[in-house]
Amino acid sequence: MEKYYTVNSRAARIDAPAKANGSARFINDFNMPEQLYGALLQSPIAHGRIKKIDTSKAWKVPGVKSIVTAEDAGLVKYGVSPARYDETLFCSDKVRYVGDDIAAVAALDSETAQEAISLIDVEYEELPALLSIDDATREGAPLIHDDFPGNICAEVHHEFGDVEEALSSCDIVRTDTFQSKMQDCAFLEPQGCVAHYDHRGYLTLYSSTQVPHYVQRTVAMVLGLPVGKVRVVKFYVGGGFGGKLAANAMDISSCLLSIKTGKPVKMIYNREQVFLYSRSRHGFTHNMTTGVKKDGTIVALKHSCDLEGGAYTSYGIATVYYAGSLLGGPYKIQHMKYDARRVYTNKPACGAQRGHGGVIARAAWEQQLDTLAEELGMDPVELRLKNMMENGDTSCNELYMSSLGMRECIESVRDKSGWIKKKGSLPKGKGIGISCGFFVSGAGFPIYRSDTYHSTATIKVNEDGGTIHLYTASAEIGQGSDTTFGMIAAETLGVPLDAVRVSSGDTDFGIDLGAYSSRQTLMTGRAVQYAAEDAKRQILEALADELKIAIQDLDIKNGNIVFKRPDVNFDTLRRKYLQEHRGWTQLPDGKELTFCEAARIAFIARGSIIGKGKYKPRWLGGTYKGAAVGTSPAYGCSAQVVELSVDMDTGQIHIDGMTDAHDCGFAINRTSVEGQIQGSLMMGVGEAMFEEIKYDEKGKILNPNFAEYKIPTALDMPNVVPIIVESDEPYGPYGAKEVGEGAIMPTIPAILNALYDATGIRFKELPLTPERVYKAIKEKREKDAGKKA
Amino acid sequence: MKILIKIKVNKKDYELAVEPNMTLKDLLRDELNLMGTKEGCGLGECGTCTVLMDGNPVLSCIMLAVEADNHEIETIEGLETEKGLHPIQQAFVEKGAIQCGFCTPGMILSAKALLDSNPNPTEYEIRKAISGNLCRCTGYQKIVEAIRTVSEDKQTTGIKA
Repeated sequence: MEKYYTVNSRAARIDAPAKANGSARFINDFNMPEQLYGALLQSPIAHGRIKKIDTSKAWKVPGVKSIVTAEDAGLVKYGVSPARYDETLFCSDKVRYVGDDIAAVAALDSETAQEAISLIDVEYEELPALLSIDDATREGAPLIHDDFPGNICAEVHHEFGDVEEALSSCDIVRTDTFQSKMQDCAFLEPQGCVAHYDHRGYLTLYSSTQVPHYVQRTVAMVLGLPVGKVRVVKFYVGGGFGGKLAANAMDISSCLLSIKTGKPVKMIYNREQVFLYSRSRHGFTHNMTTGVKKDGTIVALKHSCDLEGGAYTSYGIATVYYAGSLLGGPYKIQHMKYDARRVYTNKPACGAQRGHGGVIARAAWEQQLDTLAEELGMDPVELRLKNMMENGDTSCNELYMSSLGMRECIESVRDKSGWIKKKGSLPKGKGIGISCGFFVSGAGFPIYRSDTYHSTATIKVNEDGGTIHLYTASAEIGQGSDTTFGMIAAETLGVPLDAVRVSSGDTDFGIDLGAYSSRQTLMTGRAVQYAAEDAKRQILEALADELKIAIQDLDIKNGNIVFKRPDVNFDTLRRKYLQEHRGWTQLPDGKELTFCEAARIAFIARGSIIGKGKYKPRWLGGTYKGAAVGTSPAYGCSAQVVELSVDMDTGQIHIDGMTDAHDCGFAINRTSVEGQIQGSLMMGVGEAMFEEIKYDEKGKILNPNFAEYKIPTALDMPNVVPIIVESDEPYGPYGAKEVGEGAIMPTIPAILNALYDATGIRFKELPLTPERVYKAIKEKREKDAGKKA
Repeated sequence: MKILIKIKVNKKDYELAVEPNMTLKDLLRDELNLMGTKEGCGLGECGTCTVLMDGNPVLSCIMLAVEADNHEIETIEGLETEKGLHPIQQAFVEKGAIQCGFCTPGMILSAKALLDSNPNPTEYEIRKAISGNLCRCTGYQKIVEAIRTVSEDKQTTGIKA
C-alpha cells in the first residue's frame, strides 16, 4: 500500500480551534453597519383563501422601513425541482399551512419589526384543513394546489422484471405494512441570513445554507436579477441534515427588503419557525410483499408507498423516487415493483433529511427480511450474506456497484458484536438485531437539468511559495468537509496540511452543488484532487525547465521535492531563493529542495500558479423515467448490530450497544468518518425511539421545541463501536466515497429487529415510545394468557 | 428604566445600565460582543447558551441580565490564556469532539463546571453533566472521550485545568 502523509490519518479538524474558543462566526454572529431587522408574517391557519391584506396600520409604526407582500414580490413560482415549482415568495390567493409566509417587514430593530407584523390585518376565508393522506385524497376534498387533482403531488410506477410471476414461484411470500411520522432535522443553529444590496446593484446574501449555489439561482430567478450579480456566502453552519437545502422565504424576502431599503437586512428564525419551515423527513406508509425461495434467495419485492408531503413539494419529487429506488441495493433482487404517491396536506412542507427517502423504506424492509429469515429457519446474518451484492454487480434498477464492501461490513459486525454467541440466547427483555444499509455517494444529476460541473476547485499557490490556498464553493456544515478537502489538497500537492488554507461556501469561488446526497467527499474531493494535480504539474514543469531535466524525474512529497535521479544539483536554485531573503532567518539549508523554494522559483518563472479542477459524474442516466434518482457514481454500504433492553413493565427501551461497520471506500480522515457514523447512529436512535412532529386538529404543531420534540441526549446513547471498511472506490479521490448520510440507514431496522428479539413483537409504527411499546407488550400478554386459558 | 448592575465577565469588572427585560445572553452578545455564547432555542431547552455563573452552568437565554448583578460570569472566550487553549478545549480539538461547533461553547463550559467540582468523574457523571447540552452531530461519544481525557490527564499530572 502506498505511504500517505496526510490522508487516512486522524488529523485534527482545521476549524476546531476556532469552534473551541468561541471565535468561529455563525450567521447570527454577523452584523453590518446600518443593518435593519426583518420579521415575517406567517399564516395562523392551515388552509384558507386570503380575502384582503391591509398593511396601513403597520406602516404607521415608527421605525418601520419597508413592508412587502406578494404585490411587491410578484408571483414567480419557485421550489427545488423545476418540475414542481409550486411556491411563491408570499401567498397571494391562499395560505396552505400554519406558517405559510404572507408578508415581511424591515425595521430599525426586531421588536419594531415584530410589532409591525402584529398590526398587519389579513382577512381569511377558512377552508377545511387536510391533515392526513386520507383527508387529502378523499373524494371531493378541496385542492391545496389547483393544478394537482386529488392533491397528488407526484406519482411513481416502476417495474423491473416480472414481479407477479416471480412471486408465484416463491416458497414463502409475506406482506407487511410500516408507518412513520413527519420528523425534524433538529439542527442546533436556527436558519438566518443577512442580505445586502449595494449601490452598484450587486446583491450579497449571507445565509446559513447547505447549498449556496442553489440559493443563488433561486434568489436570482425569483427577484429577476442577473445571476452574476447575486453572491451567496455562508459562514460556519450549525448543522443542516437536509433542512437547509434551499432558499427559504426568509432568505429571499431579506434580499427584497434590502433592495427596497438600500440597507442590509438581517433575519433569524426562532426555534418554532425552524419547525414551521421544516423541509425534513416525510411521513411514510410502506406496504411490502417479498418472496423468497426455501434456500433463502430473495426473489421479488412488490412495494407501494404513500408519502405525506405537506403543503409544498420541496425535495419531495426526489424523495418519492428514492423511497423505492434505494431498495435496489445492497441485495441481489431480480424483480422489483414500486408504486408510490406523494400527497399534499396542509402541514409544513417535507423535504430531504439525512438518508433522503430511503430511511423508512430500509427500516420496513430489513424488518421484513428478519421475519422471513425466522420463517425460513435461517440466521438473519446468513440471509444477508447469501443475498448481498458484490463489486461489479448491477441492480435490477440499473445501479452499478463500482465498489461494495458489504461482506466485510456484515462479517465484522457479526464478529465484533459477539452475534453468534448472543443471538437466540439472550434473556427475555434483552435483544440483538442486525440490519444492512445502502446509499448513494452523491446524486448522479443536479436538481435542475444541466450540464454543469457538480464541483469546481481552485488552488492558488501563494507567491511567497510557502502555502497554498484552496477555494471551493462547497458547504462545510459541520461534517468536516473543509478539513477533508484540505487533506486531499495537501496529499496530492505534496505539502503538509499546515501549509493549506481552505476557503469555501461562497458562490464567488466557483460551482459546487453543496452538501446533500452525501456527495461532497467524492465529488468536491475529486475536483480538489484535480486542482492540486494541476498546480503540482505547473510547479514541477517550471522546476524541470530550470533544472533542464524531465518532469518525470520530479515529485513533491511532504513539503520537499523528490528527485528520482541521483545527479540533480539544485544549488543555483537555492542561491536564487536565498538572495531574495537577505537578512531573514530560518531559511532552507537542508539536503532537500523544499516546496517553498520550488513554488517561489515557479512563480518567478511563470507568474501566479493557479491549479484548476472540476468534476461531474460520467453519464449515469439509466433507461427509464425516473432512473436519474438513485444513480450515483458510487454507493456506500453498511451493517449494524444493536443490543438493547426493554423494561417489560414500562415499555422503556435502553440501547445497550451498537456495532456499526461502514464502507466509505477510503477514510480521508478516520476521526471524521467515525464522527459521521456515531452522529448518524444517534439521529437513527432519535428517529426510532422519540421523534415525531405532532399536530392539533387545526394543523398547528404541538411540539415545535426541544422540550417536547425530543432528540437524544448524552444519556440516551451508548458507546458505539465504529468499524471503517475500505473498499477502494475507483471513482473517488484516493478511493473515498460517502459516509455522512448512508450511515443512518441500518439503525432503525437494527433496533426494530433487536426489539423483536427482546419482546417477540414486530412493531409496525414509529416512534417506539414507551407508551407504544408497553401497549404492545400488554396486548401480547393478554393474548398469550387467552391462548393458555 | 434601565437598571445599574455590577458584573464580572471573564475576570473583567463591568458596571452596566441594562433594560430590566434584557437576557444575560443578549448582554453578553450585544453589549459585550462575546459572540461565542449561542442561541439555539431561546427557551432554555438546548443548552447552547450555557455560561458559568460563579462556576455553575446557567442558561443565559432565559436568565435576566439583572439576575447576574454582583456575580461572576465565565463565557467560552474566557477559557483560553496566553499559553493557548484550555485543556478541555484542546481535548475537544484533538479527540474530534467538534463537528458543526454550535453546541461546543456550552458543552465545554458544562464540562468545565463538572471537572472543576469533580476532577475524577465516572462516564455516567460526564454524560449526566452534559445531558442538558444537546448536540445533533457527534453522537456525544467523542465529547465524552475528550472530557475523560482531561480528567485522566489531571490525575496523572496533578495539574488543575
